[in-house]
Amino acid sequence: MKTRINLYASLLSLAILTGCSSAPVYDNDTTEIDNAAVKTAQVGSADVEIVPVISDLATVFYFDFDKALLNAESRGALLEHAAILKGNSRAVRLEGHADERGTREYNIALGERRAAAAKEFLVLQGVAGDRIEVISFGEERAAAFGSDDEAWRLNRRVELK
Amino acid sequence: MLATFFASSASAELVIKVTEGNDQPTVIALSPFNLNGIKINENISDIVAADLRRSGLFRLTPQRDMLAFPSQSSGVYFRDWRLLGAEYLVVGSLSVMPDRRYELEFSLLSINSQRIQFTHKVRSPASEMRDLAHAVSDKIYQAITGIRGAFATRLAYVSVIREGDDFTYRLQVADADGARESLMLESKQPIMSPTWAPSGNELAYVSFETGRPAIFRQNLLTAERQQLTSFKGLNGAPSWSPDGTKLAIVLSKDGNPEIYTLDLNTNKLVRLTRHFAIDTEPTWMPDGKHILFTSDRGGSPQIYKLKLSDKTVKRVTFKGNYNARPNIAPDGRTVAMVHRSSDLFHIAALDLKTGRLLELTETTLDESPSLAPNGAMLMYATKYDNKGILAAVSIDAGVKYNLPAKRGDVREPAWSPYLR
Repeated sequence: MKTRINLYASLLSLAILTGCSSAPVYDNDTTEIDNAAVKTAQVGSADVEIVPVISDLATVFYFDFDKALLNAESRGALLEHAAILKGNSRAVRLEGHADERGTREYNIALGERRAAAAKEFLVLQGVAGDRIEVISFGEERAAAFGSDDEAWRLNRRVELK
Repeated sequence: MLATFFASSASAELVIKVTEGNDQPTVIALSPFNLNGIKINENISDIVAADLRRSGLFRLTPQRDMLAFPSQSSGVYFRDWRLLGAEYLVVGSLSVMPDRRYELEFSLLSINSQRIQFTHKVRSPASEMRDLAHAVSDKIYQAITGIRGAFATRLAYVSVIREGDDFTYRLQVADADGARESLMLESKQPIMSPTWAPSGNELAYVSFETGRPAIFRQNLLTAERQQLTSFKGLNGAPSWSPDGTKLAIVLSKDGNPEIYTLDLNTNKLVRLTRHFAIDTEPTWMPDGKHILFTSDRGGSPQIYKLKLSDKTVKRVTFKGNYNARPNIAPDGRTVAMVHRSSDLFHIAALDLKTGRLLELTETTLDESPSLAPNGAMLMYATKYDNKGILAAVSIDAGVKYNLPAKRGDVREPAWSPYLR
């Protein structure tokens, strides 16, 4: 955008002075355009490896709209996860998500709050906090598609990986 | 053939559909510009007509009704145009300059007063005829409405194409009319929250390409990019300060989301908020001295105003239980936001002086409002037919148009500042 700017300062006064004359009247003002094209950047590869948790236990925990409170079912499953985790040295990842309603950055904060609630629960059960990574995707990674109550319910979640 | 295929498959291609216009539009006649036999690859007259029509403030006199196509003000019979109901007439003619650039000399005539409002020249290289056309539209719009035109601006947005479990996120930049879309960044991981530098030469955004969210800045002209943050937890919601020296950002490195400023020259971080609630979506007031942000510290997401000098915080929104993602007009008075009313998410505008809140949209799941630099319209994201699309609405809610993508979802529009 190296274009020079010419403001419209004299525009209106000239319009008034012009009268009924039909000879071209210049506003002493020319717009010069010299735009440059947009270039594309390259993204590196992520190289994030996620080892799946092998278990019959629930690894997805669901939440109410704009809430980060663990329900009884989730707490039950997390208790068992805590017991297993205390018996090994595995690192886990808690991914927080939100449904599509509301704003994206608020939802990413909400997803983090949900994942943090699950982490806090595990830590209270004796799992070392430095083994638990928390990340939020907000509404960017839906599990269910569509704009209805069922899809929204399935998307308000924390996934343990 | 192959090149064409790739070009179209990599693009979301926005197409404009005007859905609602002003009740009493100004009638303007655009006499087709005289090209003097010069071959150009864009139809300047059509681009200008589309710009004026899209603003919702103008009705264009059909070409088939015109008795003549004058290209100079001296050849205008005012009576003929008055009979057609035209209030204004635009005439113009193209020429090639000695340095091979093109020059369009055009005049705006008021039919009722039989006056030439102005005669103006716009010059551009042959490759930039769309810029030339938008400069013509800006000039006409300003002369008639008194508001600076924002046709020669750009949009940044995120497009997403899903194929099964495979997602492709793209950060795109296009002209404000959706034309000349170009790709800034492509990733398999989410891209979020693009925001313009006041210079119009750079964007800041959030990319998950490292496996976690990080804030980047990228130059549009050189594609040069730099990762600015990689803290533990959230790195999000960048907003450029009006003087271009700082970003307001959100970090949760200390436990929960707080607003910080990052000095782009010294990398110095200053924490602005200190609350266990979610504090996010900062945006600078035009005075550079205040920041608006979203917080649920009162129990539901509401908009607050933070004074940078003493970090005091004042609540700004009181109507409704969800007000978020503020975007302030250049006059510092109107705040566009996401507002929930009867369980639907709309875009609303709050007048900070009178406290009046006006709902601008009637669709659902509306988000990411971004005002044009002249404050006359805003672009937002919504859903239509289960697809993410961009839409625009005037700040008085009278004018509406959609920019659906031909392929995939588009979202998070960011309207550029003036580019010249």
